[in-house]
Amino acid sequence: MTDKVFDYYLEGKTGRWEVIIGLEVHAQVTSNAKLFSSSSTKFGSDPNSQVSLVDAAMPGMLPVINKYCVEQAVKTGLGLKAKINKLSKFDRKNYFYADLPQGYQISQFKFPIVGEGKVILDMPYGSKEVGIERLHLEQDAGKSLHDQDPQNSFVDLNRSGVALMEIVGKPELRSPEEVGQYVKKLRSIMRYLNTCDGNMDEGSLRADVNVSVRKVGSRELGTRCEIKNVNSIKFMQQAIEYEAKRQIEIIEEGGAVNQETRLFDTKKMETRSMRSKEDAHDYRYFPDPDLLPLELDQDYINNIKKSLPELPDEKKARLMNDFGLSSYDASIIISDQEISTYYEEVAKNSDYKLAANWMIVELFGILNKENKEIKDSPVSAKNLSKLINLIKDNTISGKIAKTVFEDMIKGNQDPVEIINKKGLTQQSDPKELEKIIDKIVQSNLDKVEQYKSGKDKLFGFFVGQAMKETQGKGNPKLINDILKEKLK
Amino acid sequence: MTTIAKYTLVKLINKIKSKEISAVEATNAYVERIQKSKNLNAFVTLTLESALEQAKKADESNKKDGVLSCAPIAVKDLFCTKNVQTTASSKILKNFIPTYESTVTSKLWNEGAILLGKLNCDEFAMGSSNETSAYGNVINPYKNNNDTLVPGGSSGGCSSAVAANLTSATVGTDTGGSIRQPAAFTGIVGLKPTYGRCSRWGIVAFASSLDQAGPMTKDVADSALMLDVISGHDEKDSTSSNIKKGDFLKNLKKNIRGLKVGIPKEYIVDNMPKAIQSLWDKGIAWMKDSGAIIKNISLPHTKYALPTYYIIAPAEASSNLARYDGVKYGFRAPGKDLIEMYENTRAQGFGNEVKRRIMIGTYVLSSGYYDAYYLKAQQVRRLIKNDFDNVFNEVDTILTPTAPSSAFKIGDKREDPIAMYLNDVFTVPVNLAGLPAISLPGGLDEAGLPLGLQLIGKPFDEQTVLNAAYALEEKIGFQSQVKDWWM
Amino acid sequence: MTINKATVKKISKLARIASDEQFEDFMIKDLNSILAFVEQLNELDIKNIEPLSSVVEQKLFQRDDVVKKINEKEDILKNSPVKNENYFVVPKVIE
Repeated sequence: MTDKVFDYYLEGKTGRWEVIIGLEVHAQVTSNAKLFSSSSTKFGSDPNSQVSLVDAAMPGMLPVINKYCVEQAVKTGLGLKAKINKLSKFDRKNYFYADLPQGYQISQFKFPIVGEGKVILDMPYGSKEVGIERLHLEQDAGKSLHDQDPQNSFVDLNRSGVALMEIVGKPELRSPEEVGQYVKKLRSIMRYLNTCDGNMDEGSLRADVNVSVRKVGSRELGTRCEIKNVNSIKFMQQAIEYEAKRQIEIIEEGGAVNQETRLFDTKKMETRSMRSKEDAHDYRYFPDPDLLPLELDQDYINNIKKSLPELPDEKKARLMNDFGLSSYDASIIISDQEISTYYEEVAKNSDYKLAANWMIVELFGILNKENKEIKDSPVSAKNLSKLINLIKDNTISGKIAKTVFEDMIKGNQDPVEIINKKGLTQQSDPKELEKIIDKIVQSNLDKVEQYKSGKDKLFGFFVGQAMKETQGKGNPKLINDILKEKLK
Repeated sequence: MTTIAKYTLVKLINKIKSKEISAVEATNAYVERIQKSKNLNAFVTLTLESALEQAKKADESNKKDGVLSCAPIAVKDLFCTKNVQTTASSKILKNFIPTYESTVTSKLWNEGAILLGKLNCDEFAMGSSNETSAYGNVINPYKNNNDTLVPGGSSGGCSSAVAANLTSATVGTDTGGSIRQPAAFTGIVGLKPTYGRCSRWGIVAFASSLDQAGPMTKDVADSALMLDVISGHDEKDSTSSNIKKGDFLKNLKKNIRGLKVGIPKEYIVDNMPKAIQSLWDKGIAWMKDSGAIIKNISLPHTKYALPTYYIIAPAEASSNLARYDGVKYGFRAPGKDLIEMYENTRAQGFGNEVKRRIMIGTYVLSSGYYDAYYLKAQQVRRLIKNDFDNVFNEVDTILTPTAPSSAFKIGDKREDPIAMYLNDVFTVPVNLAGLPAISLPGGLDEAGLPLGLQLIGKPFDEQTVLNAAYALEEKIGFQSQVKDWWM
Repeated sequence: MTINKATVKKISKLARIASDEQFEDFMIKDLNSILAFVEQLNELDIKNIEPLSSVVEQKLFQRDDVVKKINEKEDILKNSPVKNENYFVVPKVIE
């Protein structure tokens, strides 16, 4: 395993504190149309151009549920190893806001479509299982723009009615790092399943973060505050750090934390209370009389189960067992389904570990530098596989391979062609190398003497000379072995 | 002209199809009467010019297609009509022009009917006397000496217009009796179909689990014809039933020999006016005379129906009316910020009865009270439905009075909301159980005012209800006593 | 379970209906009267009764995931109380 231990504790004036965090993640379903209406869900369109009569809550309008959204919720539930509820109901959550045209949101309160499940996190100090309380379907709200006009706000209802899966996690997270891993894992699972694209920049994935603190050793939960609508992992982590410290300060000075809803101000890097929410908590949930209960049968659930792709955790286990990858390398490969597909393509015909290494170090280095995703990789899996094979069979050294790679990224060139064109084939003929080394030894007898009498560092000089003589193409291992022999 | 306006819908259509009268003649018959009947205040919006234009076009092109071929029809102002103002009789929807047509009214126009206008009603269908409309009270075409009377509610404009021959037929909505009670008060036929029989899409929602559109007509055959047109599954309404359409007019028959008719003892209420009890007795006698078998039955939870209704309906309404917030359509009052705008808009845009129901609805759903009120009401609702399910193992239909009184004087019951609510005591249980029910005029009371008899049926068995009503109608031989005193 | 002025104020806030003295007074009267009327439901023993939220006995219809563009922006904004080509306009929320 590892010798690392969990150690996120905060030192207060009166002792050590731990932070309790629970997330409510809102994930937009990858459907083409909205949850209860047929308008498009496409991001970034002209304001109010994707709004139907139902979305605008015109008089007499009624909801009709989208079967694809129901499937994605079940799929996600299965991906979270959760209980699928064969009977679930829709409830109205009643409150007033400009971006909520009906004056209520259709959600699921008492009987959600998915029950308890779990998510496994890979932490430096080991695996951690985090419980999921439930997953339910609900409508997203529209968007208000407050900065267009001094007196007025402008409302765009394009997003109103888009399907959201709300994933409620149990308050079992204990550090900003765990929160980061949790969100990444959820995102990864949903991307594998294609139930949510996890695009936090476009708002397809965001979270409400519940934070409370307690003294280490205490069993009671402290009063929690909810930080609403955080749409990046970094902000979540910063918000948690700020909020935990804020709460600790209050308690240590003899006060009590108010249970309230807060916002994370990304400019000031602090959380602040949301005003005008005194009675907003009274949502007066009741079953939506415009909808009937949702009943799923076992066949339906089984069919979806059969259609599931291999999920991240299973893939990771398989990469470790069958491909011999380390936990660390496997975690990186599985973090995105496209990456793991690419990897398996490469590893189909070449050394597993070299493949992993080259992807993680060299390829990702280029992708990060050019801000590209694996799907836009300048090097195809096929060609990378070829390069790795050329290293493995000693045609070129690892060092030369790096220069070959630099050429490969210019238009996905075939490494064999590059090597042939530039004559980079590694010199691995022991007889040839011996000849060259003999020559070097003969021309540097004084240095040989010095080396033999203790100046070990001079070994590098000889290696360097050999490399120079072979124009860098000498097989390093052979050179090493032969030199050791000759300089004995 | 006046004669044409008195035709039943079926007769009118036959005369139009046979070219005995033109579409323009038919439309004019109503146009003339409407123009002389402003005192009844049955209409909120008139579309007389466009009606005449449509009639003219139909005559010119000789296109008299559809089973409603050019019949001039007015509809309750709760149905969204494309490009025609739809207000729900509220200030908050004044000048609201829908860009869409409700499913029910679409079916009317697809079968050739012509829109005369939108009929006044209680605001957002909340009321039993049409005294809560923001566009003024509707007057009953029946008078009691010099007193002007209520036409019933909430579909008071509908009942008044049909009884006064201002339209060949109409569609109203019934949530707690809003079709049947006004029909009883004005001596016409009002049918509330089984919940789910007609689509609710495009109807301004009051209480979603109770609302149902239905025909209000001069006689039972007309009602059957209208039901044929307006019923049917609608994918846009998730509560719309996918049961096969009926063929109600075609299958209408008077032979009800062997029909088992239940008489529920719990419908005998305290202080029931003699005239009502006597009408009920007559109804039973007429049924026997037609060969029906009378059975005494018990619906033990009847008395709990009104309190149940007055929890569930306002609760659903409080949520359905949240969308009237001045943001997207309708009336908006100024406010220094969003919350103030909401509060002023809704305080000024809604009338008192609507506000009362929103407040009660909000209260019974609020934190701490949900179980005590709303949940409990839903449980009692199940008991009420079970009562009906049980008796329908033994009877085919149930006969009761429609209302506990005849039409009362305008202003009489406005002080006490409960007194007003008691008007619905015989009709409300039907909505809670989602059953079909019809009211037909059974006779007159001592003051010469119409009284209604109600027939309740099994779910989706409108045919039996219509047949029983058809048989009864013939025995009763009711004649309208409306004199055009308001012209 | 009687309603007093504080309750009326709270409910009007939840329902977003502006309230003044007159409104509060007549609401207190009417709402208490209605609540007294519905109290009779407490006479019943409903311990194990399953609540009825819909009289419809069929499966929820689920539609296909197909985009249908039926409404143009102009139709949606047509009835707006404050005219704007692209948005619904509301007074600012004071946060």
